[in-house]
Amino acid sequence: MHENVKSTIVESEELIAYKTKLGVRMFLLYGSIYAGFVLINTFNPKLMGIDIFGLNLAILYGFFLIISALILAIFYNRLCLIAEAKPGAMTEGK
Amino acid sequence: MIYATSSIAVLIFISFVVFVLGISFYFANKSKSAEGYFAAGGTIHWAVNGVAFAGDYLSAASFLGICGMIAAVGYDGFLYSIGYLSGWIVALFIIAEPMKRLGKYTFSDALDSKFQSKGIRLMAALSTIVVSMFYLIPQMVGAGVLVTPLLGLPHTAGVILVGAIVIIIVATAGMTSTTYVQFLKGTLLIIFSTILVALVLFRGISINPDQDGRKAYHEFKNIIATLDAENLSLSDSSYNTADNWQTSIYYKNGFVELTDSRGISSFWKMRKLKDGNLYLTETQYVMTLENGKKLYNGAAKEAGAFYPVGHIIEINDNSKLIEKTGPLGPISFISKLKSSTIVLWGKTIIKDNGKKVIIYYQKPLAGKRVLRPGLKFKVEKATVTQKLNFVSLMLALFFGTAALPHILIRYYTVREPKDARKSTIVAIAAIGLFYILTLYMGLGAMVNGVMNLTDTNMAGPLLALSFGVILFAIISAIAFATVLGTVSGLIVAATGAVAHDFCDIFLEIKMTDKTKVLIGKLTAVVVGIIAIYLGIIFKGMNVSFLVGWAFAVAASANLPSMIMVLFWSKTTKHGVTASIFVGMTSAVGLILLSPNMFVRYGMLPSQAPITLNNPGIISIPLSFLTLVVISLLTQNTLKKKEA
Repeated sequence: MHENVKSTIVESEELIAYKTKLGVRMFLLYGSIYAGFVLINTFNPKLMGIDIFGLNLAILYGFFLIISALILAIFYNRLCLIAEAKPGAMTEGK
Repeated sequence: MIYATSSIAVLIFISFVVFVLGISFYFANKSKSAEGYFAAGGTIHWAVNGVAFAGDYLSAASFLGICGMIAAVGYDGFLYSIGYLSGWIVALFIIAEPMKRLGKYTFSDALDSKFQSKGIRLMAALSTIVVSMFYLIPQMVGAGVLVTPLLGLPHTAGVILVGAIVIIIVATAGMTSTTYVQFLKGTLLIIFSTILVALVLFRGISINPDQDGRKAYHEFKNIIATLDAENLSLSDSSYNTADNWQTSIYYKNGFVELTDSRGISSFWKMRKLKDGNLYLTETQYVMTLENGKKLYNGAAKEAGAFYPVGHIIEINDNSKLIEKTGPLGPISFISKLKSSTIVLWGKTIIKDNGKKVIIYYQKPLAGKRVLRPGLKFKVEKATVTQKLNFVSLMLALFFGTAALPHILIRYYTVREPKDARKSTIVAIAAIGLFYILTLYMGLGAMVNGVMNLTDTNMAGPLLALSFGVILFAIISAIAFATVLGTVSGLIVAATGAVAHDFCDIFLEIKMTDKTKVLIGKLTAVVVGIIAIYLGIIFKGMNVSFLVGWAFAVAASANLPSMIMVLFWSKTTKHGVTASIFVGMTSAVGLILLSPNMFVRYGMLPSQAPITLNNPGIISIPLSFLTLVVISLLTQNTLKKKEA
């Protein structure tokens, strides 16, 4: 365990491994959505102009990227909190 | 003149600055130790830290640069909003908790936790300073932009003012005062941006953007010119054609020079009609004479002959043309703009003997074209290089956020790794909301007759001015605080790199806590002075564009080593050191050789040896590759250590 400023909690190796794996999976999910946005803009930009619900794909996809980031972040935090609440996951340190 | 100083604006601004300085002096006594100075003692609540993250991150580039870019080129400016926000996902899912778990004051603590290598410390300290410098340039440029309308001071004075205030903030109380300044700024920025957007929606859109009757919009004229032998007969008798209209350099560039009854020149964009006649549309111009004097539409700046712009030609409401809409909702606002014809402005630079003339001309475009990508970043019918430039920028924005030193140090101001995670989520919520608002503020500025064509960075504050001077003063003061908050964070990051990474660990100078803080404070003064100089010489560039470079350098220098240290067990200290060095030098080198920098050197973009303007697509993979190759070649050092 490395020194932290004012840190008082020690996380178990299992908890750290779980959160790391979860983070990587969610990153890959969001990264794919972002990559899709960049690829459409690069190779078929006209597609971004198609009408959807009075707006267009460019605006909707942009809003979706911003809002989905928050939704995924909240979901990730929820799963982490559940894991952290398990017995032995976190102990009081020095 | 686009704007005039107001005593109310000055009063609100001064009150704000005095309050911010008050916070610094209040916290000065609480930051005597190194932990207190560099990491606020690790005692900041995660929610406060989250908003402070937003205050730190939402820099001049976000508020001034993005709004200005959206107002000038439409959707392409919003791409920055999307990229800046998406980058926080990398910070949350990959970086936040490990950084907190492994570090103490700076991100190099985490990077070096496995190796205890002086080489890593030196490179990480260098990259922190280089990235901070790149990020400081647009902030200081933004400061200069703001004080001109607000206080009536020149650009240079604004840059010096920000530099001086920030040096006081950082040199007095370090990270604690910086945190609370950023918290305050983040909160106010989001509240007042929301108010501004609500006012824009309530006003709706109109083909006569007279700012609710506050200010008449200049009516740009059109003239039909009939070609008769070599003479032009004009439909508006108040103008005459210049003597050499058909042989001049302006005609070759698509403009006709006319003179009015006072003998003042004007340039008209020319379009040939089917009947052979010419359709002339009014432009605006800035002429720099041989002696350096500038004329705005033929007069001094103070004469007010250079008009603010931003208007719509047609508003289509269910196949019916209307003059104005009345209040709109967030969806209908965009929907109405999409079915309108909006006037954007193009720019041509013409050298006429010793004079330089910048002509701004109208470009009417369908709203649906403005609201999809391609007006700034050429992606339609684009060359491979143009497409690479776009992908490179989006890559740098996505991977740059989590590698910015001033963002990473904020993970050490909270107590536990889970607090680092929670504060990142608060940051995503606050920053995400703000970036959605930037679209409305930018589009609002685009169609409300407020844009200053000579400096798009002022679009947001000038949009506020269209609702009254008090809102303008508040928004400008917040924008100024935006610069203060971000610059403070950057300077704190640089102080940590010099005092902790370089002096303490690399040079192994035996220091008391007090000496370490003193070195940090001296660094703040030196970095502040360099930032002032850079802010002056980079005047006039779009601040969001400049920040794109800082992201590219951060993503190239820092992120590959951070990710590989966390996820690849074969990473060696030599691999990390080489990766930071190669990432940093290749990114900076490519920027210095880019077409945009060649314009800064006074040369033509075509003279640049490379065509890429954003280095990320080359320098990020190169940094990863360097780490992998060098680590594989130095596996023996890893084995020796394990033995």
